Amino acid sequence: MKHFKGFVIKEFYHIFRDRRTLAILFIMPIIQMLLFGYVVTNEIKDAKIGILDHSQDVVTRKITDKLASSGYFIITKVLSNETEIEDCFRKGTVKEVVVFEPDFAIKLERDNKASIHLIADASDANTANLIVNYTSAIVNDYVTKENKTVTIPMQIGIESRMLYNEELKGVYMFVPGTMALILILISALLTSVSIVREKELGTMEILLASPLRPLQIIIGKVMPYAVLSFVNVITILLLSNFVFGLPIQGSILLLLLECMLFIILSLSLGIFISTSTNSQQTAMMISMMGLMLPAIMLSGFIYPLENMPLILQWICHINPSTYFIIIVKNIMLKGLGIMSVWKETLVLLGMIVFFITMSVRKFKIRLE
Amino acid sequence: MQTVVVDNLSKCYKQAVALKNITFGVDAGEIFGFIGPDGAGKTSLFRILVTLLLPTDGTATVLGYDVVKDYKKIRNKVGYMPGKFSLYQDLTVEENLNFFATIFSTSIEENYHLIKDIYSQIEPFKKRRAGALSGGMKQKLALSCALIHKPEMLFLDEPTTGVDAVSRKEFWEMLKSLKNSGITIIVSTPYMDEASLCDRVALIQNGNILKINKPDVITTTFEKKILAIRSSNMHKLLSDLNSFEACDSAFLFGQTIHYTAKQNNLMMPELQNYLTGLNHLQVEINPIEANIEDCFMSLMNQAS
Amino acid sequence: MSERETIITVSHLVKKFGDFTANDDLNFEVYKGEIFGFLGANGAGKTTAIKILCGLSKPTSGNATIAGFDVYTQKDDIKNSIGYMSQKFSLYEDLTVTENIRFFAGIYGMTRKDIKIKTQQLLAKLELEDSAKKLIKDLPLGWRQKLAFSIAIVHSPKIVFLDEPTGGVDPITRRQFWNQIYEAAAEGVTVFVTTHYMDEAEYCDRVSIMVDGKIAALDTPQGLKQTFEAESMNEVFIKLARVAVNN
Repeated sequence: MKHFKGFVIKEFYHIFRDRRTLAILFIMPIIQMLLFGYVVTNEIKDAKIGILDHSQDVVTRKITDKLASSGYFIITKVLSNETEIEDCFRKGTVKEVVVFEPDFAIKLERDNKASIHLIADASDANTANLIVNYTSAIVNDYVTKENKTVTIPMQIGIESRMLYNEELKGVYMFVPGTMALILILISALLTSVSIVREKELGTMEILLASPLRPLQIIIGKVMPYAVLSFVNVITILLLSNFVFGLPIQGSILLLLLECMLFIILSLSLGIFISTSTNSQQTAMMISMMGLMLPAIMLSGFIYPLENMPLILQWICHINPSTYFIIIVKNIMLKGLGIMSVWKETLVLLGMIVFFITMSVRKFKIRLE
Repeated sequence: MQTVVVDNLSKCYKQAVALKNITFGVDAGEIFGFIGPDGAGKTSLFRILVTLLLPTDGTATVLGYDVVKDYKKIRNKVGYMPGKFSLYQDLTVEENLNFFATIFSTSIEENYHLIKDIYSQIEPFKKRRAGALSGGMKQKLALSCALIHKPEMLFLDEPTTGVDAVSRKEFWEMLKSLKNSGITIIVSTPYMDEASLCDRVALIQNGNILKINKPDVITTTFEKKILAIRSSNMHKLLSDLNSFEACDSAFLFGQTIHYTAKQNNLMMPELQNYLTGLNHLQVEINPIEANIEDCFMSLMNQAS
Repeated sequence: MSERETIITVSHLVKKFGDFTANDDLNFEVYKGEIFGFLGANGAGKTTAIKILCGLSKPTSGNATIAGFDVYTQKDDIKNSIGYMSQKFSLYEDLTVTENIRFFAGIYGMTRKDIKIKTQQLLAKLELEDSAKKLIKDLPLGWRQKLAFSIAIVHSPKIVFLDEPTGGVDPITRRQFWNQIYEAAAEGVTVFVTTHYMDEAEYCDRVSIMVDGKIAALDTPQGLKQTFEAESMNEVFIKLARVAVNN
């Protein structure tokens, strides 16, 4: 045990003496958090929309009011006929036009069915997508509330093929994603680089020729990064709470445990990478391309899974970040308990077992 | 008792053969030297003996343990200093030593007496980062680290390469005193002149052992007669000697040229006349004893 | 002896790194076509001095001219008139023999025609025609070093700097390498060489020995041995450097 402690102390010396490592460890998470928080949020606020109301009745006015008072939209244009629509978009005065069909309220009363046409400025596809989602959500919300008072359910058909974002809270979406990204990056990248560095320096030769066992070398390497990653989790949670006003709805203990699980998974990924490469550069490239990009692009962090081609969806399903983001969302944002995330937790556990077995198997007790 | 027994050992890589059926033994308490250029197979051999590589064929035991089966036991009992300086440059002298002590479950205090003579020379700099040490000091630190767990045997792979003559001399003095404390030392070097500092040497080239014996036995039993020849124009002398019909080999050796003749027939008068005929001035021809380098080159030529 | 043409002139050269003086008032001259041995213990300041002479680093004070060019102001001219080879870096291992020759000749601005002719000459001289398309990493170390030297002088520099060119090379190849050095010197190339093999110091026309940033001795090998009453250069070196250690 004593030699193990010595090993861990040595690792801490390496970390604290290398400014680059320190910067990646402690400054990058904060920068990323702030960056994603302020720049890449999925929130829409005061989006300019136009209304083309062919019906001008009580219901359409109610819906228009609801849109206007939601805080997401400002109605800057009231149109009188279809020909103006294109003009508005061309001038860029609105992002979306909401079109109510003629006799909207009458049709709703008579057939329990009416339709709204949403036309969005798709030159900014992401925003368009969001705006349409938000509008639909608000209209649906109206329908749900009205349905409580009428006996026959009524329907408002919304003509748009955009997807429905059930959370309706884009501002919070980035926290789980950023957490996944930072943990993957620090745990996997730094561990893989630190192991490969020993190979490059030739010190691995001495370590291997000593009585240290492979597992001891691996765990000794991983331990400091596990501790430091955990510190980062705390930092992120504090930042999201105090800077972005995002409270943790569910159990903090459960959330921390799940984070620890994900950290261990990332570390085992890092070790796995290091056993398969011999240069720091390669290790870094693999970590960046193989882990960081998927953590951003293929995890549901920025782009919803459902919109992706099938092949990419499959990749999402073998990407650990995907599961971690679901877990954090459920615990942190929805306040749900272990029962809602046990499947995802099991997947992560399975991945840990897989990568650790693979690493120990591949980690050589000799040089070749 | 023999501490190392190597029997018909071979090592092949995908493209190259590093060791070809070599056999030798090392006695307890001796300094055994492998003398040969880079690429001779020294590093492969050392790595097999310290259990870092598997042999392709043949067997080897170290301290009675098999290098394949009993690798854990060997790792506890030997000290190894790889050819490349392999310490943590960002750790201080003391931290490095401490680290290597702890991974062998010991401490500096416990075995200080073993490294005292060597370590005391660098102890004034113990707070300095290893990366900032001079070549000679790095080497002393590396040796201290290899010794700190009280190994029964030391494997030193080219410890003096790239090190200046003074540090090299000091290093060999350290090895002498370690030997006196009973440790068996196996060392490799590309410097032929270091052969005489070993108890026994193996001359190694292209994965073959050319010869194993005491260095003075190797030189005294060298069958060829050697002349040391010099003149005022050494470069011309060398090419002239090479074109002399009876010449077997002519090599520059410091300020003289070492010359051997075919069938060991030196024909000194003819040689003298030949050189004067070619207008060489201040010609000096002296018979000398062979040194290890003469032997090595002669064996190299025979092998190829 | 007649007045010889000097090609390197160093006077009162000082290089400091913070408080540490790596080169302390160096004064020496190197003559055209001579083989100049530059010896010293590890950390005595050899590498620092070579960097200055190659135009890679500026001295703190003092003067030095290389092939008539000033180290402060004419770095580029210096780099065009010298060749450099070291044990650590010499050739690109993942390029073939011809590719290496073409590359290094190319960076010195040789024309394509000249490069072609030179390549043929070089391959013929080193008997490497059959290996022209081999990767450097597949060549034995000795061949590599010989090729590296030929490439270092492919652009016919006035001076060639060799930093421990023969480290780890077998004794026969080492001598063949020195033959190459002699040939280059006979063609008028000045050779500035460092080595840890003391017998190689004997092959030099003159030898300087650096101790603690200063030049402690400079003479012909014969002269040094007489001055220090030593049998060999090894003994001279140890006598000089030991003084430094004991101080």
